[in-house]
Amino acid sequence: MGIVIKVENLGKKYIISHQQERYTALRDIMANTAKKAIKKVIGKGEALPKKEEFWALRNIDFEVSQGDRIGIIGRNGAGKSTLLKLLSKITEPTEGKIKIKGKIASLLEVGTGFHNELTGKENIMLNGAILGMSKKEILKKMDEIVDFSGVEKFLDTPVKRYSSGMYVRLAFAVAAHLETEILIIDEVLAVGDAEFQKKCLGKMDDVSKKEGRTILFVSHNMGAVKSLCEEVFLLEEGKIILKGKARKVLEHYMLGNNIFRTGKVDFSDFARNKTYSPMKAIREGWIETYEGKIAYELFMGTSFKVCFKFKASRKIYDPVFGLTIKNGFGEIVTYITSRQINKLFGAIDEGTIIFELGDVPLMPGRYHISLQLYENEEIYVDILNDVLTFNILPDGEGSAKHYSYGGVFYMKSADIKLMDY
Amino acid sequence: MLKVKKKMNNSEDEGFEIIEAGKSEKHYWADLWRYRELFYFLSWRDILVRYKQTVIGIAWSVIKPLLTMLVFTIIFGRIAKLPSDNAPYPILVFTALLPWQFFSTALSDASNSLISNQSMISKIYFPRIIIPSSTIIVSLTDFGISFVLLAITMAIYRFVPNWKMVFIPLFLLLSIILSLGMSFLFSALNVKYRDVRYVIPFIVQFGMYISPVGFSSSVVPDKWRFLYSINPMVGVIDGFRWAIIGKGVSFYWPGFILSILLTFLIAICGFLYFRKTEKTFADRI
Repeated sequence: MGIVIKVENLGKKYIISHQQERYTALRDIMANTAKKAIKKVIGKGEALPKKEEFWALRNIDFEVSQGDRIGIIGRNGAGKSTLLKLLSKITEPTEGKIKIKGKIASLLEVGTGFHNELTGKENIMLNGAILGMSKKEILKKMDEIVDFSGVEKFLDTPVKRYSSGMYVRLAFAVAAHLETEILIIDEVLAVGDAEFQKKCLGKMDDVSKKEGRTILFVSHNMGAVKSLCEEVFLLEEGKIILKGKARKVLEHYMLGNNIFRTGKVDFSDFARNKTYSPMKAIREGWIETYEGKIAYELFMGTSFKVCFKFKASRKIYDPVFGLTIKNGFGEIVTYITSRQINKLFGAIDEGTIIFELGDVPLMPGRYHISLQLYENEEIYVDILNDVLTFNILPDGEGSAKHYSYGGVFYMKSADIKLMDY
Repeated sequence: MLKVKKKMNNSEDEGFEIIEAGKSEKHYWADLWRYRELFYFLSWRDILVRYKQTVIGIAWSVIKPLLTMLVFTIIFGRIAKLPSDNAPYPILVFTALLPWQFFSTALSDASNSLISNQSMISKIYFPRIIIPSSTIIVSLTDFGISFVLLAITMAIYRFVPNWKMVFIPLFLLLSIILSLGMSFLFSALNVKYRDVRYVIPFIVQFGMYISPVGFSSSVVPDKWRFLYSINPMVGVIDGFRWAIIGKGVSFYWPGFILSILLTFLIAICGFLYFRKTEKTFADRI
């Protein structure tokens, strides 16, 4: 497979002006010029407003071969979007060179150019043209697009009457049917319901595997990146600090950074229900790996710990500590209390509780944790519902679409064998 | 030896499009051609939105020129009793309103077009010049509607059109070039200096009174006539009157030639300024 994108020493510089205005006004320019002229005459010098150079990206080098699926991750402001904007020619590099072979399309936002007054069908035409499709292509794909979006009935309705879900589905459907060799996607999956997101991921998977198209994918959704991309670039402060196999880079990123939450979650100011929380005892909670790194994205089948610090206003006699895990639909998946496992503690008013959860058998998805502190198993001291959230990511080679049926329990040691009939 | 090496380098880059600082110029015209369908779609969208939104959409393009014509006829024709070049005063006004309204709506819409399409500009690549250019198409449809109104007015007054009407497309072309040039300049300025949009209504308002819309330019004293033609719309409007009203309207060549020269100068400057700032639109908008 040949190389389709070659980036050499790429850099993009922005000048940040430290003036407060968001944009320059002609009248200010005129006023400033006049002021300067007067100052010059009077002889008083004045420092010019400070301007600062800022390299959003610098010294970027990489190559992408045909059919590669590259994920680009990094914190906000690391330069991911700038990189995509340079690749898609929206803005010009300050230095360096990009070589691209083949038609490129960028989906930096679904529904760009959609007009509320126009009908669904008219918007398909318009959006297609904006994304670079010819009229012939759009007409040819119209049925397919409509089918994928599932809004057949509303094709002749202005999109201003659409629900936001329908809007996004229609917009993505157009984008998904672009016929370009290289597809650049930025966070477009952040919108839409879970089911549709899975459909989109599946579609992108198809597009790349069956048609050999190259995909560059930026996302904060690590599960999506992991399932779609083979190779991942990790950007930090405008530089690629790590590139390699998706799993390796993602693990590095997730373990090394507590960016998915603010780290430890502070509950001291949480609004509480007086009946269940007569005391503001639970002060702080977090999830950490067995290595002691705070993490909220975990691969299926791994072990992790849920911890919370508590400080009560009086001694709690016979304290009972509990933890409940709910799935994304709010259904209780499992729970554990210290009483269940016969752990007894003496009277205490403060401390840190650690729940060690080994080989957690959960399927990929989002889960919420509730934390509980009782006295004597009958008296509520402090109950915090759904206060910690974590994601379980697909493990191994399976892509997210293989887990699209929901489900909660992960059969870790299961195997499938073929025997003679 | 050297030659061979150069050739090798070329083959290595074969089929690659190269993006580099300051190198976007190379593909400019090719890209423009490639995105020609987008031009068509954007015009189509603007027209659709304009006439779809409300019943007022169409009505407005009828009411506006009619009312302006009425007011101008009363003020300049009846009250000020200005000469009408041997034509009924409403027709004199209407012949000027056609190019003037085209120019003024094109300028005001196109100047704001980049700002109102900013999500597209910051998210998608395409030659930016398509946006202000396609906006002008809507003004052209308005022009078409006004033209029908003029025809009706002429029928009411039993005014026989002149054979010189065949030259109208030429004068229209001149006003299109002028509108494009000014729109390029002001839309690009508008991205950089957001208060430019407050200047445009002023230009349009002021321009209507200094251009010979409500009166014939024959009222301007001869010695000032050439200076008066510094406003390129004077040449366009005079051209329309000469072509439609015909006899009785003298054609002032020196002024017209000045208008043509200035129009092309404005168009070239506008285009060059647009080209120069175009690549920074996505960063600024």
